[in-house]
Amino acid sequence: MLFRNVAELVEIANHEKIQLSEVMIRQEMDVNDRTKEDVMSQMEKNLQVMEDAVEEGLKGVSSHSGLTGGDAVLLQKYITEQDPLSGTLLLDAVSKAVATNEVNAAMGTICATPTAGSAGCVPGTLFAVKNKLNPTREQMIRFLFTSGAFGYVVANNAFISGAAGGCQAEVGSASAMASAAIVEMAGGTPQQSSEAFAITLKNMLGLVCDPVAGLVEVPCVKRNAAGASNAIVSADMALAGVTSRIPCDEVIGAMYRIGKTMPSALRETAEGGLAATPTGRALASKIYGIPVEKE
Amino acid sequence: MKFKSVFDIIGPVMIGPSSSHTAGAARIGKAARTLFGMDPTWAEVHLYGSFAKTYKGHGTDVAIVGGLLGFDTDDTRISSSLDIAKEKGWNVVFYQDEAATDHPNTTRIKIGNGKEDMELVGVSIGGGKVEITELNGFELHLSGNHPAILVMHNDRFGAIASVTQILARHEINIGRMEVSRKDLGKEALMIIEVDQNVEENIIQELEEADHILQIARIVD
Repeated sequence: MLFRNVAELVEIANHEKIQLSEVMIRQEMDVNDRTKEDVMSQMEKNLQVMEDAVEEGLKGVSSHSGLTGGDAVLLQKYITEQDPLSGTLLLDAVSKAVATNEVNAAMGTICATPTAGSAGCVPGTLFAVKNKLNPTREQMIRFLFTSGAFGYVVANNAFISGAAGGCQAEVGSASAMASAAIVEMAGGTPQQSSEAFAITLKNMLGLVCDPVAGLVEVPCVKRNAAGASNAIVSADMALAGVTSRIPCDEVIGAMYRIGKTMPSALRETAEGGLAATPTGRALASKIYGIPVEKE
Repeated sequence: MKFKSVFDIIGPVMIGPSSSHTAGAARIGKAARTLFGMDPTWAEVHLYGSFAKTYKGHGTDVAIVGGLLGFDTDDTRISSSLDIAKEKGWNVVFYQDEAATDHPNTTRIKIGNGKEDMELVGVSIGGGKVEITELNGFELHLSGNHPAILVMHNDRFGAIASVTQILARHEINIGRMEVSRKDLGKEALMIIEVDQNVEENIIQELEEADHILQIARIVD
């Protein structure tokens, strides 16, 4: 049976006594007529791309516009040389999310999760939590299937792009997907994954997409930092037994309705929010100031 | 269900920074290269809407040229595509076009090699997915979501049947199909979206069928 929403996803996992990642793997095999080996190996390749992107970002990169780059290096230096107030694991996740999006902004290779602009949340948290939970390679691949299962529900019932539903649809979804996957890796139940997803997305509702100069840089890179930390905190809350008063699927429905009523100036057109600030506009004209051929 | 695979969510692997302005742009460029079937020596790329406003920052220009060179969305050579095109002696010109279009991320690409030329309009609809809406004056609706074959053929009876028979023999299911022509009895274009990739040997068989002029394919 195919799942159409989170309630069905959790129900299948509970009924079959399998993990959420396994539900996604089996569905992928069924719907697209592929072997388990094939599906797992494709996801392993994506994992490798994520790992390489984080590594590259932590060495230090810079975008063509010069708006972003180098913050992941600053954060790693701070973690090793000082005692971060928010804790090593949390800040490690933040630095790795930032690293991924800095590589993306610098036209490096990334894996969209679910989009390029929100590509930092899932790998950022995965490679930070990894140091604490010591997962096997297979468990790391499963982390991506669990993330993907929730993203699949959001994409089919709402939206995952900033142009369609604002940043809540993009980084909001990515952050919530990561949160649900952290719970599974930490040994939580399918229901707890669903609670973590709901709590995370609730905290991202209403977030607008207002990129300076229309580029996937400011504030996108730092939004991924917020998304990664939000994911870990919500996962801890769910693992502690905290539940969301509004069920997961209803939170996704709320995100959809909010996105539908969001003005287009706040959906990736660079006409509102931070893009429309005096500094945002000044940066845009500096970047695009050079005249080019016009017809 | 719009999204059918977990790899629509965890993926694609791509060169940043934007799934619509970079990955989608590369896919449109690659579709143009695939449909042209050979290396062009010149390209005129018209950019509209958000593509026109932000193409430098997003690398939409390098992505389209990367696509024209045949690079996939995850090919790191995309970032040096303008230099590679220059080394090959290509003459590439970009135009910021102010004409209004239905979708903000639209490009019109004209390519040629002195003997033949081709013109298409592509739209990047989000998340790296694209749609080709015009090819050499033929209107079409080719989504990037499915493998497809585009068959240029003489507008004669039997042309469509000869193609679908071959596909049926290879147990390839057609998901969507459209036929477009400009004038009665001249050239026509068949667009066939299929459920699985059409392998090279089947393409060869199709090329030998009656009234078929040229075939291009889009793989998943």
